Amino acid sequence: MARKPKVVSKATSTRSRRPIGSRGRTARAPARDSLDIHHCEQFLLHEARLLDEGKFDDWLALFTLDAWYWVPSEPDQADPIETVSLIYDDRRLLETRVRRLASPRMYSQEPRSRTSRIVGNITIEESARNHCTVRSKFMMIEYRREQQRIFGGTAIHRLILAGSRIRIAWKRVNLVNCDAPLDGITIPF
Amino acid sequence: MMEDLSQYVQPGRVHRHIYTDPAIFELELERIFGVAWTYIGHESQVKKPGDYFRTFIGRRPVVLVRDDEGEIRVIHNQCAHRGSLVVANDKGNASEFQCCYHGWTYHLDGRLKAVPLQHGYPRDFDINNPKTAMVHVPRVQSYRGFVFASEARDGPGLEDFLGYMTTSLDDLVDRAPDGEVEVAGGVFKHAYDGNWKLYLENLCDAAHPLFTHRSSIDAAQQQSDEVYSDGSGEIALRQMRQNGAPYSFWESQVGIWTYPNGHSYLGDYHDDTKLVAALQEPAFRDYITAMESKKGKAETRRVLEVRRWNSNVYPSLSFMSQFQQLRVVHPIAVNRTVVHTYNFRLKGAPEKMFRNTISFANTVNGTGSLVLTDDLEIYNRIGMGLSSAGAEWIEIGRGLRTDLPDAHGGKRGHNSTSEIYIRNMLDAWLNYMTNDHDAIRPVS
Repeated sequence: MARKPKVVSKATSTRSRRPIGSRGRTARAPARDSLDIHHCEQFLLHEARLLDEGKFDDWLALFTLDAWYWVPSEPDQADPIETVSLIYDDRRLLETRVRRLASPRMYSQEPRSRTSRIVGNITIEESARNHCTVRSKFMMIEYRREQQRIFGGTAIHRLILAGSRIRIAWKRVNLVNCDAPLDGITIPF
Repeated sequence: MMEDLSQYVQPGRVHRHIYTDPAIFELELERIFGVAWTYIGHESQVKKPGDYFRTFIGRRPVVLVRDDEGEIRVIHNQCAHRGSLVVANDKGNASEFQCCYHGWTYHLDGRLKAVPLQHGYPRDFDINNPKTAMVHVPRVQSYRGFVFASEARDGPGLEDFLGYMTTSLDDLVDRAPDGEVEVAGGVFKHAYDGNWKLYLENLCDAAHPLFTHRSSIDAAQQQSDEVYSDGSGEIALRQMRQNGAPYSFWESQVGIWTYPNGHSYLGDYHDDTKLVAALQEPAFRDYITAMESKKGKAETRRVLEVRRWNSNVYPSLSFMSQFQQLRVVHPIAVNRTVVHTYNFRLKGAPEKMFRNTISFANTVNGTGSLVLTDDLEIYNRIGMGLSSAGAEWIEIGRGLRTDLPDAHGGKRGHNSTSEIYIRNMLDAWLNYMTNDHDAIRPVS
């Protein structure tokens, strides 16, 4: 999993909208003082539930303020900067994505999708005192406008313990059919 | 289907059946994709002998391959024996092609090399007979590395077909300090439930972004720039905000140009001072330095002042020279289309330039993009709407009879929101569909 060079962008605007995830109106992510597999599992199930329930602001609040979210376009894709990605959002773009999901003029979500996810086969790949890398399998059914489709694949989360809360430092989603011809993807995995 | 196809296209309007009638779709595959110069791929996708790339002309599977002699070929991907698909992988390198059914083996140029159980075939069976070879697409030509093929044995050459649109391909290549581009960075394949023609009809549509893309415009305009970014989201946000330019911008500054054979481009849109150079990145200054050292200051200025947005080469190619994007439209069924999108690396340019190309691709061509997903929704809704006979005719009359002549043999709209480029594509459509092409159709 190649990390990208960290370059904090220069502020070029006087617009001052607080980051969505920093408003204190956070999700009820379980409070923890360590990261064992049970805690990780509870966290992933909680995340899946927020997404299924369309609570995207709360989902965004699960991420750290410098997080990234990545859905590669190729199996075993080495990085998100030399190859296109179905989704590659740094924190700022992820906020924009989530804000758009709330827009009544997001025509690709009119009518809205309903999703149902199952998360399983959870393993901790690597861990230290206050962070770990968790691998899981997921299946997501998406229903919208008389059509149902199925997505499946592997999710890799880098979780960190921030105080008593678990936060996502990055998340990579490897879709089984990432390189297939795909109709538009609007709901995050 | 009406016998007289010219009835479908009238001044300022077109009948919905050309987007919905399966019989017309089949006829298009024969009379348009079976005749026109169709974009196949780029020479950089087949650099070495044996390199191949699998694609389609219309719905016909073909292989772009560089043979042992270094020649670029486009061959129908069918075994001469029982007709099965020979090349199954999307791309790769091979020393020969072998059918998985009875083991017929072909040279890279499609000639038959060997056949198991050869004694069992009729006495006059000859592996050197061209009839036992994989079938060549009769005409293959490149323009500055872009490979096109035509199923018509005779007809105008590629450069005649492209006409003034060669200058858009020039613009893509001229932006490379080393004067060469190469395909890199993967491919998007996005799909929709609508007719193939809708895609190019949207790509030069200057009147839709402000409305269709409202959700991403609003979300981007409200986005704080104080929030952490690794730099990759910068291009995306700038482009989404740019989509929010008022109608007066599209009506006063941007232009639409059309040319024979259905081609067009949207021009005088973004300039580099608004998007790329505004990032004030060292990489962009390094790029200009590289350009000036290779091409001189005057030529560098000329190249960077070309401000074309999408260039459409009818029937199935659209590319964007400023950010090195290229899209190929694949008709699947009358109401199903798949579009493959590619990126090009500018040889000799700083690596950061290509990273911007990738960021831009994710925004405008990505299957999970904040922008493209609303375009795909439009195609789906047009597909659903046009399936109804409630209204038979579609309006394409914006800007009708206000066209202006262009110095290079084309016509331009009085401003960029004119639907002249749709009318121009439908003129080409009618020309292909009603001409008697029997004389130039390939021998099968």
